[in-house]
Amino acid sequence: MASEQTHSGNPKVDIEYRKKKSAEEMRYQIVSFSMMIFLTLVAFIAVGYGDFSAWFIVPFILLLAIVQVVFQLYYFMHMSHKGHEAPALFLYSGLLVGLITILTFMTIIWW
Amino acid sequence: MSTYAQKKGFGATVWDYLTTVDHKKIAILYLIAGGLFFVLGGLEAMFIRIQLAVPNNDFVSAGLYNEILTMHGTTMIFLAAMPLLFAFMNAIMPLQIGARDVAFPFVNALGFWLFFFGGIFLNLSWFLGGAPDAGWTSYASLSMASEGHGIDFYALGLQISGAGTLMGGINFLVTIINMRAPGMTYMRMPLFTWSTFVASALILFAFPPLTVGLFLLIFDRMFGSNFFDVANGGNTVIWEHLFWIFGHPEVYILVLPAFGIFSEIFATFSRKRLFGYSSMVFATVLIGFLGFMVWAHHMFTTGLGPIANAIFAVATMAIAVPTGIKIFNWLFTMWGGSIKFTTPMLYAVAFIPSFVGGGVTGVMLASAAADYQYHDSYFVVAHFHYVIVGGVVFGLLAATHFYWPKMFGTMLNETLGKITFWLFLIGFHLTFFIQHFLGLMGMPRRIFTFLPNQGLDAGNLISTVGAFFMAIATLILLYNIVVTSVKNEKVGNDPWEDGRTLEWAIPSPPPFYNFKQLPLVRGLDPLWIEKMEGKKTMTPAEPLGDIHMPNNSFTPFMISLGLFVAAFGALYREDYHWGVMVLIAGLGITLLSMFVRSVKDDHGFHIHKEDLLNDDDKGGKA
Amino acid sequence: MHVEDKFTAETWPAAPEKQTLEGKNKFLGFWLFLGGETVLFASLFATYLALKDKVPNAEHTLAKDLFELPIVFVATMLLLTSSLTSVYAMYHMKNFNFKKMQLWLGLTVLLGFAFLLLEIYEFNHYVHEYHHTFTSSAFGSAFYTLVGFHGGHVAFGLLWIVTLMVRNAKRGLDLYNAPKFYVASLYWHFIDVVWVFIFTVVYLMGMVG
Repeated sequence: MASEQTHSGNPKVDIEYRKKKSAEEMRYQIVSFSMMIFLTLVAFIAVGYGDFSAWFIVPFILLLAIVQVVFQLYYFMHMSHKGHEAPALFLYSGLLVGLITILTFMTIIWW
Repeated sequence: MSTYAQKKGFGATVWDYLTTVDHKKIAILYLIAGGLFFVLGGLEAMFIRIQLAVPNNDFVSAGLYNEILTMHGTTMIFLAAMPLLFAFMNAIMPLQIGARDVAFPFVNALGFWLFFFGGIFLNLSWFLGGAPDAGWTSYASLSMASEGHGIDFYALGLQISGAGTLMGGINFLVTIINMRAPGMTYMRMPLFTWSTFVASALILFAFPPLTVGLFLLIFDRMFGSNFFDVANGGNTVIWEHLFWIFGHPEVYILVLPAFGIFSEIFATFSRKRLFGYSSMVFATVLIGFLGFMVWAHHMFTTGLGPIANAIFAVATMAIAVPTGIKIFNWLFTMWGGSIKFTTPMLYAVAFIPSFVGGGVTGVMLASAAADYQYHDSYFVVAHFHYVIVGGVVFGLLAATHFYWPKMFGTMLNETLGKITFWLFLIGFHLTFFIQHFLGLMGMPRRIFTFLPNQGLDAGNLISTVGAFFMAIATLILLYNIVVTSVKNEKVGNDPWEDGRTLEWAIPSPPPFYNFKQLPLVRGLDPLWIEKMEGKKTMTPAEPLGDIHMPNNSFTPFMISLGLFVAAFGALYREDYHWGVMVLIAGLGITLLSMFVRSVKDDHGFHIHKEDLLNDDDKGGKA
Repeated sequence: MHVEDKFTAETWPAAPEKQTLEGKNKFLGFWLFLGGETVLFASLFATYLALKDKVPNAEHTLAKDLFELPIVFVATMLLLTSSLTSVYAMYHMKNFNFKKMQLWLGLTVLLGFAFLLLEIYEFNHYVHEYHHTFTSSAFGSAFYTLVGFHGGHVAFGLLWIVTLMVRNAKRGLDLYNAPKFYVASLYWHFIDVVWVFIFTVVYLMGMVG
């Protein structure tokens, strides 16, 4: 089974290749992290500044949150890698059920 | 490692079942526990019908009636129907996909013990100051006003058993995705496996809202929060939503596996491939999806507004389409088949008109405007009993007869089985058909008595007579189980002689490793394919080798016991000073057991090739 | 390939968490569990949104007067950074560098612990300064339940990761514990995902009013 992992049959070469790939991926992770921090800052500043109308800020910070979570899911949690089809299917199904729940709680509970 | 072949004493057997992680033994545990709760819920049903047999009856008091009625519904749904379905899912599904075990044997055991302790906790309420009395839906406006600890037992007991169900659902999903035998593609999976898959997905998404709802109820009743306290800003409609976001998919969690069972039975005893297999799969998935979009049809009279009511009404009616596809496929499966009317087949045939009856009244109820008339009347009671009894209970009884030889290695008596069937079928329609009309004549549901000469007397009496038919049928079934178990005439791999799927290719009951060599699946109904080519067994997909098996464990029992103890602590926290200590101690037991599980390595063991070869000497009937 | 085999950096597989059947099952099962958790938290968010600012009378503090940006900002930074440190831990896990993995996991635990302390301080502050408690109003109940459920997840995650670190401190990485570390890190990221929505929906939107 070990041979499935290697590409050339020469472990020394493979480990170099893999290390390089991991290091490259780690760079992406750092970039995602910087983006996440940046998006968080923007959201906090937008609210802290206090001069924008709520009609602008609420959708705006929600959008920032969604972008940030996409980074978290696809890079930090590796959903961009293959072998995540079933996880993605079930996560998005759960999200769909959850969003419908939130939608109804915000629209038809009004007493 | 050949301990499995030895005769064991009673104590050793009990210990074996307390610690087992074998899906077939867990199935038997589910069957026994679910069967006991089914009898209990049935007794409660009989008390209800006796009380309502004649007007102005005083067989039970109004308060006790409320408790019996609540416990009947709660027990039947959570502690009887679901565990019994879990019994067959556990026993059969891994065999159908050619797996040696489920994905998480330990979690499987944990799921059972959580359900079991939750069920026991709920039922202990009878002896500890009174059972819950706000209906199985336990609407917050009512349940917040309920005195005593009944509702607390409900909330805590269901929380514990619900956690077990959720684990079971995840376990089945992973098993089906990861553990299929070579060649067993998704579109070759038997319908019962497919329906287990979809029902498990529904469990995964439907139980968390119930968990949240129950937590809110627990917090409000035991920890002073205000979710449902209108005076402090709360809102009881939140409970209604959370309950039905769970509650409606729950109906499909129950009925889809029953559909799966019937699909197997129709194909087997029509001796014909299931008609429209792929449309059956499609319909199953579609019902599962739509099942989440319709919950507010239980709340039409709450006052959600015409737009919400219209949306949910249309979505509800849409479910009739995939269900109709299924009904026609079953009919076409029988069409031109060479049908054998065995007991399971009788249930399957009777299921179609009975369930269609429930479906048609369902569409009537789905019209929001008309629902204002039907709401909270016996019409609704008749409707959901046609769905749940005509669909789920018929399915469970059919599966009991159909899979009994696979689970226990001996057939149930066919003559007795057919007597059970006829009594149950007649009793069922006698009990519930008349209730449609009682409802239309204005009899509200959940009332403990009624006045004479209002046109309700005869209908209620007929209904009660029907209930006795069902009770007698159940007694005959139990008698059947006892006599055939005592006789214990062993059967071979394929006792119905027309088995199509993998479970009929291995001994009855299967050896604990299921498949000595994993089978090679060459199409839908793999065993049937081999039979058509004149072979008796499956072609193996691998050479004979060591088999890896999980170790037994007592930890699942301990984790569940901890929560059971903690629940008493939460319940009595405000009454007695020891409540808090018990709560902490119980959670401590659970966390400690989880810690032990985490820290202690469990690599399982291997059955060696030589032992497997020795097994052959016993004719493969290990 | 057996679960207890000893490995070197050369022989260590590229996806150690999915190398054994147990690992594959654990990986998938945990993702499915996260799918269920999504619905759980969505239900809690829905409850919170339905009960936001629902108080018995005008003397009760509402969301816009309650929350303060700095403390939430610090908490957010702590948790986001702990997500990065656990990514680093998994990076070293894949490179078969057990010591560095333990180090980064240790950092993750410290950051998570700091987050938890800050949350306790924050709750304490609301209770004593504003009399905003679990029992004072429906708004209070919903707020503490949602944020508290998240906090409970953090606490459980800390116990989990520490248990894994201590249990495996002596024996290093193998295919038996690699999936466990991986799954624990998935859990930690999921906690962070939930927090992103908590700080946006509860705190920032609460301040906007």
